[in-house]
Amino acid sequence: MEPRPRSFYVLATFFGLYVLFLYGPTITIGILSFQGPGGGLTFPMQGVSLNWFHELFETQAVGDIWGSFRRSFALGLMVMVTTIVVSVMGGLAFRKRFRGSAVLFYLVITALVIPSILISLGVGLVFTQAGVPIHWATSGFGAQLTWTLPFGLLVMFAVFNRFNPAYEEAARDQGASAWQVVRHVVLPIIAPSLMGVALFGFTLSYDEFARMLLTSGSYNTLPLEIYGMTTNVTTPVIFALGTLTTAFSFVVIAAFLVSVWVMNRRRARHGSDAGKAV
Amino acid sequence: MQRLLKSADVTGWLLAAPLVLVLAVFLILPVVMIAVVSFWQATEFSIVPAFSFENYEFLFGSAVTYDVFWNTFRYALITWALTLGVGFTVAYFLAFHVRTLTWQIALALICTVPFWTSNVIRMISWIPFLGRNGIANSTLLSMGVIDQPLEWLLFSDFSVILAFVHINTIFMVIPILNTMMRIDRSLIEAARDAGASGAQILWNVIIPLTKPGIMIGTIFVLTLVMGDFVTVRFMSGSQSANVGRLISNDVGLLQYPSASATAVVLLVTVLMVVGLLLRLVDIRKEL
Repeated sequence: MEPRPRSFYVLATFFGLYVLFLYGPTITIGILSFQGPGGGLTFPMQGVSLNWFHELFETQAVGDIWGSFRRSFALGLMVMVTTIVVSVMGGLAFRKRFRGSAVLFYLVITALVIPSILISLGVGLVFTQAGVPIHWATSGFGAQLTWTLPFGLLVMFAVFNRFNPAYEEAARDQGASAWQVVRHVVLPIIAPSLMGVALFGFTLSYDEFARMLLTSGSYNTLPLEIYGMTTNVTTPVIFALGTLTTAFSFVVIAAFLVSVWVMNRRRARHGSDAGKAV
Repeated sequence: MQRLLKSADVTGWLLAAPLVLVLAVFLILPVVMIAVVSFWQATEFSIVPAFSFENYEFLFGSAVTYDVFWNTFRYALITWALTLGVGFTVAYFLAFHVRTLTWQIALALICTVPFWTSNVIRMISWIPFLGRNGIANSTLLSMGVIDQPLEWLLFSDFSVILAFVHINTIFMVIPILNTMMRIDRSLIEAARDAGASGAQILWNVIIPLTKPGIMIGTIFVLTLVMGDFVTVRFMSGSQSANVGRLISNDVGLLQYPSASATAVVLLVTVLMVVGLLLRLVDIRKEL
């Protein structure tokens, strides 16, 4: 290998600093959440304890954290499944030009760029004016889909732009029906990318704040609960909650990444499954 | 019937039906509703259907509006310039200086992971860093750079921009990296063989070929910053305003018609910016 140019070291340092900038604050509150019982929101540490985590689990003084966590988790799963199904169908639809597809495409772009407060305000207004009660699982669910679906579709566009249609043609030549081609050829090939769509669907929903502000009704989701805490909680308990939520996000992300890796490994090991389809 | 089902138009719309349904109910209808309500009037407790230009007259008649819109553009432009600088450099390092694909993927993932965690918490995380007794101030004090804590680190324009850059740089990195990875390496070799210096290759070969990625990143960053209200509210400690905050303040006071009027103007502004940028890039081709 040729030796690294000097610019490599300059850029590597820049990259390192960027990563530090990216993770530094998160690591800081990670450390501060183990603050001793007498400690405050900043350094120095007054000893090391699990006090603030205990407080999270014990009292209900800090609000309905576990209820909001359950709601956020359930909503994340709902949004994830819907995002996968709708994005795959949408991705398949956009593979062929159909009348009006350009309009629909620009609509998707609009959903992506529209300020989140407009969705929050608009969906809230539609529901109240129609006399339908606002609830995280109805109005909140829909409001989140306007953000996760465009991301899911962008992933699907990227996938199908690189998709080799020869596989489908081969299947069709062998007499496979349209559904069989999708079920036994297309879906298995795009499966690892679907994990990506799922990751977007779940995490974007789980962390969504702005779109939920006016659409979640009387029961808060976790980001709303945390946001509420920032205005009235002045102890490191909020760091403890932040650390736990971030740790949970890391676990979810890791689970997705590992399953993509396993899928790719298994595929590489098994090689072709030609002739095994029904 | 058979022929009908085989037509590309029908299958296309059938497959897109769920997408259309979601967008119709949760995007088109709400935007129409906002447009309608922006002509309504508000009493103290409720909103009343009407057709009045009162909200717009008030909006355009108030000096605050122009200040706030200017502030929004200012945040957007500064954040754009910073995210572009940082994002381009990071993507350039990953694409051209990291040699194996495995490392490229691993390092890109390290940059992406925070995007999948909570923004609210990432904003809270700046407090122990920037506060009056925070890490930044105590480090600078102990190094003797300053003799008293800097007050403008937290709850200022500085912290707002810092948080914007922190959260949004990834939206520059990924599209730019995506375009850079597809640049044919032989073009760079050809430039080098023809005697181009590193700077010339960067300026005359890589940057022009990276433009689509830069455009996509620009669309993301500008629209996210222009539409934001949480970051500004939180990081400025309610001391600065942008259009998003103007809207959310009105919402807080149940002044939905005036919030809607501001929202309509914001939406038109954002769509104009995006429309302008979309003329410069074909998004679908670039994914």
